[in-house]
Amino acid sequence: MCFIPSDCPGTASEQAGKTSSCDGCPNQKACASGATKAPDPAIAEIGAKMATVKHIILVLSGKGGVGKSTFSAHLAHALASDNTKEVALLDVDICGPSIPRIMGLEGEQVHQSGSGWSPVYVDDNLAVMSIGFLLSSPDDAVIWRGPKKNGMIKQFLRDVDWGELDYLIVDTPPGTSDEHLSIVQYLSSTHIDGAVIITTPQEVSLQDVRKEIRFCQKVKLPIIGVVENMSGFVCPSCKNTSQIFPPTSGGAEKMCLDLDLPLLGKVPLDPRIARSCDEGKSFLNEVPDSPAAKVYLNIVQSIKDYCSNRVTEDQSST
Amino acid sequence: MHQIQNMEQNNDGGMSQVRHVVLVLSGKGGVGKSTITTELALALRHAGNKVGILDIDLCGPSIPRMLNVGRTDVHQCDSGWVPVYTDAEKSLALMSIGFLLEDPDEAVVWRGPKKTALIGQFVSDVAWGELDVLLIDTPPGTSDEHLAVLDNLKKHRLDGAVLVTTPQAVSTGDVRREITFCKKTGVRILGIIENMSGFVCPHCSECSNIFSKGGGEELAKLTGSIFLGSVPLDPLLSTSLEEGKDFMQSFPDSATFSAISSIAQTLLSSIQTS
Repeated sequence: MCFIPSDCPGTASEQAGKTSSCDGCPNQKACASGATKAPDPAIAEIGAKMATVKHIILVLSGKGGVGKSTFSAHLAHALASDNTKEVALLDVDICGPSIPRIMGLEGEQVHQSGSGWSPVYVDDNLAVMSIGFLLSSPDDAVIWRGPKKNGMIKQFLRDVDWGELDYLIVDTPPGTSDEHLSIVQYLSSTHIDGAVIITTPQEVSLQDVRKEIRFCQKVKLPIIGVVENMSGFVCPSCKNTSQIFPPTSGGAEKMCLDLDLPLLGKVPLDPRIARSCDEGKSFLNEVPDSPAAKVYLNIVQSIKDYCSNRVTEDQSST
Repeated sequence: MHQIQNMEQNNDGGMSQVRHVVLVLSGKGGVGKSTITTELALALRHAGNKVGILDIDLCGPSIPRMLNVGRTDVHQCDSGWVPVYTDAEKSLALMSIGFLLEDPDEAVVWRGPKKTALIGQFVSDVAWGELDVLLIDTPPGTSDEHLAVLDNLKKHRLDGAVLVTTPQAVSTGDVRREITFCKKTGVRILGIIENMSGFVCPHCSECSNIFSKGGGEELAKLTGSIFLGSVPLDPLLSTSLEEGKDFMQSFPDSATFSAISSIAQTLLSSIQTS
């Protein structure tokens, strides 16, 4: 018989495995033995590796299918359009790695060298890493429990030869679980500039996104702002707007007002976005005059400004 | 979160009178698993079946809101946890972590083992009573939750899984992996449903393929699975779900209603004849 532990004391706490809440938890023995309290040496190693990365941006949601990977990919493309910047995109969605397809890199493989794994390059200044590159077939399923997923994420951060980067963008799966805890934990001895939270207008999305925001607050991850995706559809034929995903509770705008968070932009639905993603092309290049493209570029600018302001603040406080 | 404690219980447990169990899977997030689960449940109920929904998406439980079941307590009885009913006639029974959270914005930040433990309890310790069909709504992926539910269903029964996709390759790419998951774990694939299959503009009736076209049928052909049908993008459906209303009752003349009813019928025949 097992209880649902009402409050896990935390695997790193003095009480780990020892409180009454721990009884029945599958981790109890491991925690009580002290094995979970020793700091993972990988955290320091990753900290050292990330010393050559100027800005780390997480793309989160909580809700699936709102456009995290689409946004991450296009953020990467937009930042890399400045040839003087080195940009990398890390896909930590272990079960559903969409980034290879969206970046037009399906079928690419990862190579090992003396300095670690080489990421796959889209352009000279745009590198990508995903478990998708380690799978030999598009039908391969990654049926892994949490610990194995965490191990992969650790390797991605520690063993990939990222080199010097201006921006590292991390695309995440939906939820608030192993992948999210691991990314925050493994990056704990380096800085994360912040998280961009993606949502769609409906309450069904926002209710999950609020949980993600709570997660960010819990782990002290700064939030750069919120992007409302799929925000209205303009019919290409009659030009009328339909709210396919209706903002019945006020959409991201109201949520941002309530939670005092910046709304970075509202991206409308455009069928050409899905097509570009399926074809592995950047819709910012394919359809630059789309209203969606314009909103994206404004959002990217806000993110760049946030990152450079953060640098200025750090410099003035030292 | 509410502290729930197990009492002594009858090992025949909650699933002994559940005739059919169907998983709703995808692999891809945001394709409409919870939406399809809810609408299939409503369609099956309207056809006179006693239906249950088990929501094992612990991080993003959508089912309570879609059925307008707000803050509610989960009670114990001699045979286990009492599911939450949407109506006095008890025709639709629900269980979700959403009912166990005191604060709806509370994030459930659990690693795999804790999720696995709760799902075990959800499968074995809920007193479903007599049900014709239990639908299990899942989170995206092929991980702890999916393995946990299959492990726990071994003692009971599982008719199979329906897989939900949207038309675009970015979705079907993930659903292919979910199909492999089913094959590897011995889960019968009852069929593929393509959701968000085109949008008919209410102003001019022009159909736009916002999330591309044809991927669901192609996937079915490629993997030798049955194609159960397509459900269009329908703002009336989205609004119904937002408000927790019964779309199947409110819009019986819509194309969306026909699509879902037909899928529900095919599914029911398939599980009843197996």
